[in-house]
Amino acid sequence: MLKDKDRIFTNLYGLHDWGLKGAEARGDWDGTKDILAKGDDWIIAEMKESGLRGRGGAGFPTGLKWSFMPKEPDGPTYLVVNADEGEPGTCKDREIMRHDPHKLLEGSLLAGFAMHASAAYIYIRGEFWEEADILDAAIVEAYDAGLIGKNACGSGYDFDIYLHRGAGAYICGEETALIESLEGKKGQPRLKPPFPAMVGVWGRPTTVNNVESIAVAPTILRRGAGWFAGLGRPNNTGTKLFCISGHVERPCNVEEEMGIPLKELIEKHAGGVRGGWDNLLAIIPGGSSVPMLPRSICDDVLMDFDSLKEVRSGLGTAAVIVMDKSTDIVRAIARLAQFYKHESCGQCTPCREGTGWMWRVMERLVTGEADKSEIDLLLEVSKQIEGHTICALGDAAAWPIQGLIRHFRPEIERRIDERQDNAVAAAE
Amino acid sequence: MPTLTINGKEVTVEPGSTVMQACEAVGIEIPRFCYHERLSIAGNCRMCLVEMEKSPKPIASCAMPAGDGMVIHTESEEVKRAREGVMEFLLINHPLDCPICDQGGECDLQDQATAYGRGLSRYQENKRAVREKYMGPLIKTVMTRCIHCTRCVRFAEEIAGVPTLGAVGRGEGLEITTYLEKALQSELSGNIIDLCPVGALTSKPYAFTARSWELKKTESVDVMDAVGSAIRIDARGNEVMRVLPRLNEEVNEEWISDKTRFACDGLKYKRLDRPWVRREGKLVEAGWDEAFESIAAVLKDLPGEALAAIVGDLADMEAMLALKDLLGALGSARIECRQDGAALDAGCRAGYIFNSTIAGIEEADYCLLVGTNPRHEATIINARLRKATLAGLKVARIGPPDDLTYRVEDLGDDAGLLKQILDGTHPAAEALQRAEKPMLILGQGALTRADGAAMLGLARAVADKYGLITGDWNGFNILHTAASRVGGLDLGLTTEGGVEAILSDAAKGKTRAVFLLGADEVDMSRLKKAFVVYMGSHGDAGVSEADIILPAAAYTEKPGTYVNTEGRVQRAQKAIFPPGDAREDWTILRALSDKLGVTLPYDDLAALRAKLAELLPHLEETDTAPQAAWGAFGGDSKGAKKGGFALPVEDFYQTNPVARASRTMAQCSAMMRGEDEDREGTGTDG
Repeated sequence: MLKDKDRIFTNLYGLHDWGLKGAEARGDWDGTKDILAKGDDWIIAEMKESGLRGRGGAGFPTGLKWSFMPKEPDGPTYLVVNADEGEPGTCKDREIMRHDPHKLLEGSLLAGFAMHASAAYIYIRGEFWEEADILDAAIVEAYDAGLIGKNACGSGYDFDIYLHRGAGAYICGEETALIESLEGKKGQPRLKPPFPAMVGVWGRPTTVNNVESIAVAPTILRRGAGWFAGLGRPNNTGTKLFCISGHVERPCNVEEEMGIPLKELIEKHAGGVRGGWDNLLAIIPGGSSVPMLPRSICDDVLMDFDSLKEVRSGLGTAAVIVMDKSTDIVRAIARLAQFYKHESCGQCTPCREGTGWMWRVMERLVTGEADKSEIDLLLEVSKQIEGHTICALGDAAAWPIQGLIRHFRPEIERRIDERQDNAVAAAE
Repeated sequence: MPTLTINGKEVTVEPGSTVMQACEAVGIEIPRFCYHERLSIAGNCRMCLVEMEKSPKPIASCAMPAGDGMVIHTESEEVKRAREGVMEFLLINHPLDCPICDQGGECDLQDQATAYGRGLSRYQENKRAVREKYMGPLIKTVMTRCIHCTRCVRFAEEIAGVPTLGAVGRGEGLEITTYLEKALQSELSGNIIDLCPVGALTSKPYAFTARSWELKKTESVDVMDAVGSAIRIDARGNEVMRVLPRLNEEVNEEWISDKTRFACDGLKYKRLDRPWVRREGKLVEAGWDEAFESIAAVLKDLPGEALAAIVGDLADMEAMLALKDLLGALGSARIECRQDGAALDAGCRAGYIFNSTIAGIEEADYCLLVGTNPRHEATIINARLRKATLAGLKVARIGPPDDLTYRVEDLGDDAGLLKQILDGTHPAAEALQRAEKPMLILGQGALTRADGAAMLGLARAVADKYGLITGDWNGFNILHTAASRVGGLDLGLTTEGGVEAILSDAAKGKTRAVFLLGADEVDMSRLKKAFVVYMGSHGDAGVSEADIILPAAAYTEKPGTYVNTEGRVQRAQKAIFPPGDAREDWTILRALSDKLGVTLPYDDLAALRAKLAELLPHLEETDTAPQAAWGAFGGDSKGAKKGGFALPVEDFYQTNPVARASRTMAQCSAMMRGEDEDREGTGTDG
């Protein structure tokens, strides 16, 4: 279990002042100028060494991502902070922004400096009204204190931070759709290549990072890569915010070490599964888009990127959705299928057409109004979407259904049988 | 230069090529819907997925840059499954209405479903239905068929320059629309019909009239303006059903204007299908002999100097030569092709053609428009100008302001500005000086002014002074509006005083007989006193004062030679027969010459063309834009006066007899005037 001294987000629950004074009391903005003085190469090397992997879901090494930016840009380049937290089950970035906004701002400055960015855009989800207000106020505070803007922290480096409000579309959390939206266009993902590090916002080199990835950077740089790398497991280092929701006694956000056993995470911090561990049916370990895990796997799986990949799921955003035995598991996944149908941008064929098809079949599977062969058809349709789309939303729509079929096929078949039996009985 | 391995074959392609282009280089066809080589890459249909080694997912070959060492497979099981999958997705919400779809038989979706699809549908759910969108009198929409490839959206934004098409909604609810359900405000709108790979956007006038396989296809050239776009005339029986563009990189690429495409129904209406003779003030039907005899009776004792002819905008060179020879035989050399009174000089070819060539526009870096609106006068050239501006061409204009679909620096509507440029007192002079390949486009709006000759001389002086003419570049351009004009000038069909002199002489009774070869754009009331013979295809303005009407063939009904504004010689082909008693123009003149006792020396088209080639050797060289030698032309530039320009085209859709007879063009014209309130019902009642 993570020791209090190793916690990064010391105001996760908003018990203290979010403002600049409170933040400074917690150690934020401490010696930022000195860190900047160590230079861009040092920062990137330190980030690489810390082993931090992107906290937005894909888990790409953050330091490596920063190093893709041009060393000597021939014009403006940008850092974009993805604060469009929309993955169902996830509510960690929101807590950072409303309770610890200065961690994000300091991180933006350090990251922006390391990648030679001229400015940062924080693209915040439209529904985060209060969070946007607080973040805005924090930005004003930071400007007034000379921490950002011209000659940020007295370092001689000029760096602006802009807050941009989205309109609440899930797809705008995809980095290239976010860039389109930021440019004032319809939020539709771009083709890659070219990647944003070459052609991003307004055609300029851009790096898009998740809020948590940026917010942990100052602490890593202050305490050293070794400290962060010493937490967790190799290749899955550091601490992570977990969002535990669903059928647990006390749903909560908690910062924990990477690689903590799933069972321990739930029992220690969320008061355990409602009705005891034996009442557990399944868990979605990383936000709605990763495949679910049945209880048998949940017993001993570790919560990190590689462990969850081994059991054919993923850490995603580390949003743990717990479902006990009272859950209509087919209905739950049908609801997610509806979500992805609703949020598909409609740009490319497999996702536009496939998400609606899958949802309609799922709705019938809920009541068993289907033929058993349709389970395999559904699986095949999901495979026809997976990997064939422009962005990862197609994969995200396919995986929950694949997880359901992988682990709960007997339940789906039971419903079909039951409905047929009932029909036969009624006919007689 | 990257070298790739595709299906085991090595291929080296130009840097910047895509994987799809590399595949095509080795002769492998990659299916696609959204990709179009003249539009930006969208990569949204996913039909072109191919397998790339070391990539966990198949890649969209249309968008992936070809990289050195890539190993591509296009026939693997994975690719086959990906294609089947995409095809299935495209079809689940596509109606199975091919039997009543106008795209049937020439539909990408139909063809590719046959080649790459699964063969049967596994989709059990209800299909999506989408309300039709009103897009004006030219484009019929059946939006349920749309596969959201966004070709039309990209065309409107990138080529036509009217970003009023777009997609609203998302996911399954994504719909292509003009947002406000207005017609596309573009003269190129019909091209989205060709671009649409399915039957979502089809031709409204052509709807339900024919199937593509019943049509006889004739490759020809267009005469609606002086561009000479390459077209294909699709006819069934003796009726032109539609006109489509043909590829000609040097002229129209693969676009045509809406007038070129949709004016063809004008070939059916207001046609002259028999000779008419005026008796006691009224036109009565007559036979050929009667008409010829009536002409002979008048011309018999007429001195040559009392005879004149005016050539219209759609005349072919064969007809013009035959008329010239006929008049010559009757002792008159007074045949005038500049119907609009433009002060062009037939003496120097470089002085009346578009020397830079249409494709050459893309090389230019500065363009000065003088007294012209290319959007209305030569839509296709305007599209090329827009394309060039996107690549960096700067355009400035002296003339009335109007939206040309690209950024234009307006210097003002005053001819005096051109004088200032010549003097070097205007800032644009510096821009001309700085440009590496500057060009000047002089429109008919400048040449038809009272000081037109001086304007021509002034423009020439500017061209000389600012280096518009160098060894390999000629930036001096005349933009014509009539298909016949350059041919007429090549034949030297200019007269002292031009059309104005003929009309005033006719009004004075000095000119007693006037022959109109499809000339409809002159003031007919001034011909009241003269004996007027009108030969043409349509009962347009020219017949109002005619004493004899000779019915002739329209441009789709005869083989004809046309020279476009660049000086490019092109041949139109005969797609259908002229209606009724109407005949090809030169044969009428040949028969008339017989009656008049001055038999023309050619009995067939080959002999006539041989005569033409003898007179004008460059006519032998078709489909190329010959370089004309720079020389002296135009009046004294000092005579140029100040003042604005009156542009030749007031209504793009009504510029010639065929277009004026077209109901479709009349609808377009009304629409552009804001009179399109008789909307069709949308949705299920349409």
